[in-house]
Amino acid sequence: MKVSLRVENLRIYYRTLRGYVKAVDGVSFEMGDEEVLGVAGESGCGKSTLGNSLILLKPPMTYMEGRVFLDGEEVPIWDNEKMRRFRYRRISIIPQYAMNALNPTKKLKVLMDDLLREHGSDFKSHTAEILRRLKMVNLPESVLNMYPIELSGGMKQRMVMVISTLMNPSLLIADEITSALDVSTQKAVIEMLMEFKSRGFVRKIFFITHDISVLYQIASSILVMYAGKLVEKASTDEILEKPFHPYTEMLISSLPKIGIKYGERKLKGIPGQPPPLLKPPEGCRFKDRCPYRHSKCDEEPPIVEISDDRVVSCWKYA
Amino acid sequence: MGRYLRRKITIYILTFFVAVTLDWMIPRFMPGNPILILVSRFTGLPQSAKVMYSYLVKAFGLDEPLWKQYLNFWIAFLKGDLGVSIYMYPKPVVDILKQAVPYDVALLLPSITLSWIVGNKLGAVAARTKKLDSIVLPIFYILTATPYLWLGILLAWFLGVVLGLFPIAGAYSFSTVPSFSLDFILDFLGHWILPFLSLFIVMLGGWAIGMRNMIIYELEADYVKYLESLGASQQLIRKYAFRNAVLPQVTGLALQLGTIVAGALTTEIIFSYPGIGYILLEAILHEDYFLIQGCFLFIILGVLLANFFIDIIYVIIDPRIRYSYGGEI
Amino acid sequence: MEAISTRRELLFFALRNKKMRVGISIFTFFVVLAIVGPHLTGYDPLDYVGPGYHPPCREFWLGTTTFGQDVFTQLVYGLRASFFVGLLGGGIATIIGLIVGFFAGYRGGMIDEILMMMTNVMLVIPTLALLIIIAAYLPYRGILIESVIIGLTAWPWTARAVRAQTLSLKTREFVDLARISGMNSIRIIAEEIAPNMMSYIFMVFILQFGGAILSAVGLDFIGLGPTRGISIGIMMQQAVLWNAIQLGMWWWAIPPGLAITLIVGSLYFMNTGLDEVFNPKLREM
Repeated sequence: MKVSLRVENLRIYYRTLRGYVKAVDGVSFEMGDEEVLGVAGESGCGKSTLGNSLILLKPPMTYMEGRVFLDGEEVPIWDNEKMRRFRYRRISIIPQYAMNALNPTKKLKVLMDDLLREHGSDFKSHTAEILRRLKMVNLPESVLNMYPIELSGGMKQRMVMVISTLMNPSLLIADEITSALDVSTQKAVIEMLMEFKSRGFVRKIFFITHDISVLYQIASSILVMYAGKLVEKASTDEILEKPFHPYTEMLISSLPKIGIKYGERKLKGIPGQPPPLLKPPEGCRFKDRCPYRHSKCDEEPPIVEISDDRVVSCWKYA
Repeated sequence: MGRYLRRKITIYILTFFVAVTLDWMIPRFMPGNPILILVSRFTGLPQSAKVMYSYLVKAFGLDEPLWKQYLNFWIAFLKGDLGVSIYMYPKPVVDILKQAVPYDVALLLPSITLSWIVGNKLGAVAARTKKLDSIVLPIFYILTATPYLWLGILLAWFLGVVLGLFPIAGAYSFSTVPSFSLDFILDFLGHWILPFLSLFIVMLGGWAIGMRNMIIYELEADYVKYLESLGASQQLIRKYAFRNAVLPQVTGLALQLGTIVAGALTTEIIFSYPGIGYILLEAILHEDYFLIQGCFLFIILGVLLANFFIDIIYVIIDPRIRYSYGGEI
Repeated sequence: MEAISTRRELLFFALRNKKMRVGISIFTFFVVLAIVGPHLTGYDPLDYVGPGYHPPCREFWLGTTTFGQDVFTQLVYGLRASFFVGLLGGGIATIIGLIVGFFAGYRGGMIDEILMMMTNVMLVIPTLALLIIIAAYLPYRGILIESVIIGLTAWPWTARAVRAQTLSLKTREFVDLARISGMNSIRIIAEEIAPNMMSYIFMVFILQFGGAILSAVGLDFIGLGPTRGISIGIMMQQAVLWNAIQLGMWWWAIPPGLAITLIVGSLYFMNTGLDEVFNPKLREM
C-alpha cells in the first residue's frame, strides 16, 4: 500500500498541576491513500487526543515528541501558525461537538464565505459545488440563508459535514460523529460519509469511535488504543475474525452478536479499570486486566510486525 | 420574538404601575404624619403653620378616602400635573423638571454611549494577550470600584482647582444666558467636560471588564475551536468572538441603568450641574415633597424608556431571539 | 486514585491566587484600621479639637475640617459605619435574594413566574431612587434603618443570579439520583445542592457587601443618611458643602473617597480571585 499518512512515535501529554497526563504515549502508524482507518478504544484511551493533535494542538495538549508526514510532506503539528496551511485544505475535521460548531449569530452562507476567504477563495466560486453537496446530504438550499438555531441537530451535523469537506481534504478526522445518534441515523450518516469518499471529496478518513460495531461497516483497517498506547492495528476482517492482542480479543467478545442468545453465550465484560495516565505502570499497561499475564509483562512490550499491515504490541507474539 | 417583546412590555407596564404606586404610597404609609413633619419644620408663625397645614392636607388630598386619593393621583399624573413645587413656589413641578431634562440628556447620552463603545473595544484588546491583560485589568477594576462622586471630587480638585483648567460648578457661567450661540456652547462644554469625564471614566472600567470576560468566555466556545481547526486566522476569530460578546453587553447596559442613574445624581450634585439629580438634592434639602415625587417619576420613566429602547435594539441584533420559539435568554 | 480533600485544595488555590492575596490584604488593612483606629485617637469625630482648615501634621494626621474636627478620627469612625452597613445591608440583601432566587428556581411553575415578575420589576427601578423616596420620608434616620432599607432594595439581582444557579444545579444528575433514592426535599437541598452553591453564595455576599457600602455612601452624600453620627458619605458631603475643593483642603475631600475606592476595589479583586479558584477553567496554570 502506498503510504499517505505516517505518524512516528507521537507523544502528546496534558499538562496539569500534578504533572503530565500521558494521553498519547509513543504511537506510530501508517495510513494508505484512500484508506478508512477506524480508531477504537474505551474512553480516555487517547484516540480523540491523537486525532485532534493532527489538526489543532492547543493547550492543555502539549507536544512532547514525534513526527507526522502527509503525502511525503512533514506536518508541523507543534506550530500553530504553520499548521494553517494544512488546515481545511489538506487536513480537516468533523468534531465531536459538531452540533455546537456553528456560530449562532451568522447565517450559514456568511459563515462559509468568511471561512473560504480565509483560504483565498469565496462562497461565489464554490456555490455550485456547495449546492450539489447539500443535495447529497438531503439539506434544502434554503439552509444557506438560515441561522444555526433554525436547524435541527441532525441538520447541523450534516451541514458541518458539508462545510468540513468542502475543500476536498486529503485527510478527514471524524471524531465520534455517530456516538450520540440512534442506530438508523448512524447508518445514514455513515452512508453519506462513504458517498463523499467514493466521490473523492475526502481521500482518507481517520474515524474515531468507541463503538467497534460501527467500524465494521466502514473501516478498512482498525487501530486499537489502550491507555495511550497502540495495542493492535490490522485490517478490519483480521481484527474481527481473529484478534491477536488480549485487549482486542476481549473487546470483540464483549460485542453482542446476532443469532446467538444470551443464554448460550454470555457477554463478557472486561473487569477492572484502565490505569491512571499520570503515573502509568511499568511495562504493559493492560497487564492488570489481562488473563494471559506473565512475568515478562512487567517490561515494555515491543511492537511486533506480524505482516505488512498488521502490528501487535504484546509479549505473546514477540 | 413576539413573545419576548410582549413579556418585556408587560414587565415595563407593571413596573410603571408599581413605581407610581410606590411613589404615591410611601409618603402616606411612612410612620408619622408627613404633613405634621413638614409643618413641624416650618419655621414661621403658628398661624401660618395652620394655613400650611390645611393647604397641605388639601394638596396631598388626605381629606379624601384612600382609593380616591390614589385615583386622583393617577388622573393628575396623566394630565401632566405633578403638583406645585414648594420651595420654588409657585412653579409647577413639571416645568422645573422639563427644564432639567435637556441637561441630563446632554450629560448622560454621550457618557453612556461613548464609555460603552470605548470600554468594549478596550476590553477586547485587553483579552488579546496575557501580559496586556494582567497590566490593564487591575486598572479597570479600580476604575469601576471608584464611586462616581469621588472621581468627581478628584477631577474637580485636580483639573478644576489645582490646574484651573475647567470650571467646577453649574452648567454655564452665571453671566451667560442659554442660547444657541457658539459662545454659549463653548461655555457650556467647558462646564460639561468634568461631569462628563467623571461618569465616562468609571463606566469605562465596568464595560472593559465585562467585555474582557465575555471575550474570554467566547474564545472557549466550540464554534471558535471549529473555526480554528479549519484554519481561520486570529483576526476572523476575534471578529466573531467580539460580535458575539457584544450581545450580553447590550443587556448589561439595561441592567446598569439603575447604577448609572445613581452615579449621575451624585455627580450632578458635586458640580452643581442642573440636571434632575441636582434638582432632587435641592428638593430634599428644602423638603419639597412634590418635587421629590416628580423627580422620582421622571427618573423611572426615563429608565423604563431606555430599557425598552435597548430591548428593541437587542431583538434586532441577536438572531436567536427572532427565530427561537422560547421566551427569554 | 489519590483523593485530595477538595476543601484543602480550594484553600490552597485561594491563598495562592494573586488577586485574592491583594484583595484580602487591602481589605484586612481597612478592617484593622476601623477596629483599632478609634483607639488611636483620643478625639470624638464631631468634636472641635483644633484650628480649622489645618493641613495634616503631627497632631492631626489627616488635618482638620472647616470647623476644626479631626479628619482622621472621622475617617476611622466612618469606616466602622461603612463596614456595619456593608455587613448588615449586604447580609440582608443576600439572604432575601437567596430565599427568593432559590425558591423560584427550585419550585418553578407559578411561584417562579410570580417571584420573577416581582424581581424584574424591582430590577428596573433604580435602587438609589427608591432609597431616596423611602429615606426622605423616614421620621428618624439611623444607621440601622439605613442598612435595612439598603438590604431590602438590593436583593433583586442576587435573586436572579441564585435562581439561575439553582436551575442549573437542579437538572444535574446527582439531584435526580437523590430524588430517586427517596430523599426528601429538605435533605436534598441541604446535602446535595447547598454545598455546591456555597462558593457562589459567598461571592454574591462579597459583591453585596461592596454594593451596600457604595449605596450608603451615595445616600449619606445626598443628605439622606443617618441624621446623627459620622460616616464616609457624610464626610464627603460636608467636604463638598463647605467647598473643601475650592479651598484646596485635599486632606478632607480625598482620603474618604480613596478609602471607599480601595475597600470596594479589594472586594472586587477578592471576588474575581474566588471566581478563578472555584472555576478551574479560569485558573492561571
